[in-house]
Amino acid sequence: MRTICFYFQIHQPFRLKRYRFFDIGNDHYYYDDFNNEEIIRRIAERSYLPANRALLEMIEDSGNKFKVAFSISGVALEQLEMYVPEFIDSMRELAKTGCVEFLSETYAHSLASLADPEEFINQVKAHDDKIELLFGQRPKVFRNTELIYSDEIAAMVASMGFKGIITEGAKHILGWKSPNYLYTPATAPKVKLMLKNYKLSDDITFRFSNYAWNEYPLTADKFMGWIGSLPEGEEVVNLFMTYDTLGELQSAETGIFGFMKALPRFAADKGITFSTPSEVISKLKPVDVISVNDPISWADEERDTSAWLGNILQKEAFEKLYSVAERVRLCSDTRLKQDWNYLQASDHFYYMCTKHFADGAVHSHYSPYDSAYEAFTNYMNVLSDFIVRVEEQFPDSIENEELNALITTIRNQAAEIEVLKKELASAKANAGVVAEEKPAKKAPAKKKAAPKAAPKAEPKEEAPVAEEKPAKKASAKKATKKAEK
Amino acid sequence: MKALMFGWEFPPHILGGLGTASYGLTKGMHKCGDMDITFVIPKPWGDEEKGFANIIGANNTPVVWRDVDWSTVENQIGKTMNPQTYYDLRNNIYADFNYIHTNNLGCIEFSGRYADNILEEINNYSIVAGVIARTVPCDVIHSHDWLTYPAGIHAKQITGKPLVIHVHATDFDRSRGNVNPDVFRIEKDGMNYADHIITVSNLTRQTVIEKYGISPDKVTTVHNAVEPMSEEIMAIEMPRNPKEKVVTFLGRITMQKGPEYFVEVAAQVLRKTNNVRFVMAGSGDMMNKMIRLAAERDIADKFQFTGFLRGKQVYEMLKSSDVYMMPSVSEPFGISPLEAMQVGVPSIISKQSGCAEILNNVVKTDYWDVDAMADAVYSIITYPAMYTHMKEEGIREVNEIKWEYAGQKVIDIYRKVMKW
Repeated sequence: MRTICFYFQIHQPFRLKRYRFFDIGNDHYYYDDFNNEEIIRRIAERSYLPANRALLEMIEDSGNKFKVAFSISGVALEQLEMYVPEFIDSMRELAKTGCVEFLSETYAHSLASLADPEEFINQVKAHDDKIELLFGQRPKVFRNTELIYSDEIAAMVASMGFKGIITEGAKHILGWKSPNYLYTPATAPKVKLMLKNYKLSDDITFRFSNYAWNEYPLTADKFMGWIGSLPEGEEVVNLFMTYDTLGELQSAETGIFGFMKALPRFAADKGITFSTPSEVISKLKPVDVISVNDPISWADEERDTSAWLGNILQKEAFEKLYSVAERVRLCSDTRLKQDWNYLQASDHFYYMCTKHFADGAVHSHYSPYDSAYEAFTNYMNVLSDFIVRVEEQFPDSIENEELNALITTIRNQAAEIEVLKKELASAKANAGVVAEEKPAKKAPAKKKAAPKAAPKAEPKEEAPVAEEKPAKKASAKKATKKAEK
Repeated sequence: MKALMFGWEFPPHILGGLGTASYGLTKGMHKCGDMDITFVIPKPWGDEEKGFANIIGANNTPVVWRDVDWSTVENQIGKTMNPQTYYDLRNNIYADFNYIHTNNLGCIEFSGRYADNILEEINNYSIVAGVIARTVPCDVIHSHDWLTYPAGIHAKQITGKPLVIHVHATDFDRSRGNVNPDVFRIEKDGMNYADHIITVSNLTRQTVIEKYGISPDKVTTVHNAVEPMSEEIMAIEMPRNPKEKVVTFLGRITMQKGPEYFVEVAAQVLRKTNNVRFVMAGSGDMMNKMIRLAAERDIADKFQFTGFLRGKQVYEMLKSSDVYMMPSVSEPFGISPLEAMQVGVPSIISKQSGCAEILNNVVKTDYWDVDAMADAVYSIITYPAMYTHMKEEGIREVNEIKWEYAGQKVIDIYRKVMKW
């Protein structure tokens, strides 16, 4: 039995507005709202919405035999909620059929997996929460930003409890092996690896309407014929592509929707089924182990991470960004956290790519900037302002560990205060029963936590010291310790 | 293949980019092999590089027959030209030019500059061209810039050989639109008579097609290139102040070069940072205005003028810079950003410069977009990765822009017009 696994990616970054060096420290809004709205609305109208309708039709016509998976980044979801709310509804409707699976990824479509494991894990959780909130299912299969994958990442993903990972069937990794099987990562034997069949995927994504291609025109019949004639035993064909392939990269006029709609019928003729990644993983067994030392991705000819971290501009920006990661995690400012997410989107680094300017055509197609240098300048200006804001939250002079300790103290204090409150109440109750004391003590005790603890030990000395900030923690600690004794 | 070239400047005595470009191109063509080039200039000084072209001075070419002996000739012009050439040329005087003021050798004096009597010099130059064209055998004639177009036309009429003119600039670039009718006439004449026109950028090509009404199939762009830096220049070490960055404008301080935008950029950047110094190197008719403007913007303490720089000083200035800026309003090509890149200085250039068509590792902005230029300056002096990347990639890129390639393209054009 042979099965096809379709998975579509939806992602749009929050593009930055032209942010001048004068704005550093003055203007804390970074986004080009007009452009972002214009782009997401255009793509939604031309691609996402009609494609959703087409898929729904396919699922209904085939009697729920057609299956599909989506990976929607958190930042894209935010934009869609804001600018194209009807898309969320349409997605929910699609999800209701039970033939749609949502995949896990990083919330910000970030490259955190390459730099910061803690951030990575946080983001995956944040993303899955959002998906669960919107569509009512918790993702079980993981796919990383731009299909970036390595043994190290596999181990991290496995530790989060995912059963499957989706990545690129890069030739330099597979060698003679076929992507049409399941594999397992060298570092996580329990996880199953699904590899993109890039030849067949790109036939649709890039070549579908290319007159110069010798297989033009591509029909559903022909396409299913190719899949049908694959060697015996190759059980799964993974067709992974960006969702705007349907309607944007291949416009509606090319007949892409007609092609898609005809697929289930021809598949049925050849006895080929459709599955979601979870189904594939539960049904099929891995045939071999694959080891990937250097990260791979689905971009460019090299299929590595050089499109985002290839030159020193990208590396510098990337390092600067993650140098404040720990600090940002300690902050509780919502806007700061939001900017932190938006700034991590891999797209910002993609715009800075200078890999052979000739090939840059593909890169510049998506870039709002004229050149990589402009992209870098703008991003760094924004990042400089962001870092200033992070530093404003906590002074630069305190080391991360120290800061961490202080914050823990503060957080623990809250819990301790609660405990002490109860103790105090019970003590008072006891005291009230045993001997009636002055009721005037109640008033100052309600005001602050530290003084509250105080009455139990030495009421007159401790209370005034608790006013100063750093001293407060210390005295509070002391007070609590004393209280505990 | 024998080419007869007419030029106006030749290194080391140059006033603008024309000399550098003519020299580089000739040398590049020589490297392509099988080229026999005669290069005519108004006034050679004797210290021009020889070997790749036979240089003839217009001021050493007799137009009036004088009976002079070998030793006199050798004494007077021996260091720039073989005396035998003088006698060969003298045999080809074709009319009576006694009405023109000539010296004892029967030669016309030339200043070789851009003096007030330039139209007269151009005319005299084309008279001389008649003698040279009759003496020196050639397959093709090549005129560099409008000053030599009349000479080229004259030579074409005498020899019947095809004429290629090389447009290094047009009067539309030089005057921001206020075209001098005399210059326009000469340029238009040259373009009409030419069998093919070479422009140094697509920008200039468009000007030639649109403003001069020339058929597009007659105009081809051959971008300029740059000579590798000599070791002597590469070895220059300039003291650097690590606490202060230097941003440089280098060129004639004239309307065409957009110096006022540089001052505005400086004013913007200096409002935000203090560890930067702006230098305007060169001289020109707008210099005093710029000094006043800098004072008006209250940045005079961080804004320096060097005056005219010559020879090695230019490279010393470049080498002590962290950013090079060329906000030209209209620049047919602009070779100086390439030189800046050669010595590893990141460049910011206007999109209205011809060299922007071939350069990738520079920041390109509109000349009027002061904000964008200020952003770029700030970025280069603030973010080390930006500086390093532009510097390293710039050197790599510019090393691949060679005159041989440009020379080969010109030779291909020769073949086409000669129908070889």
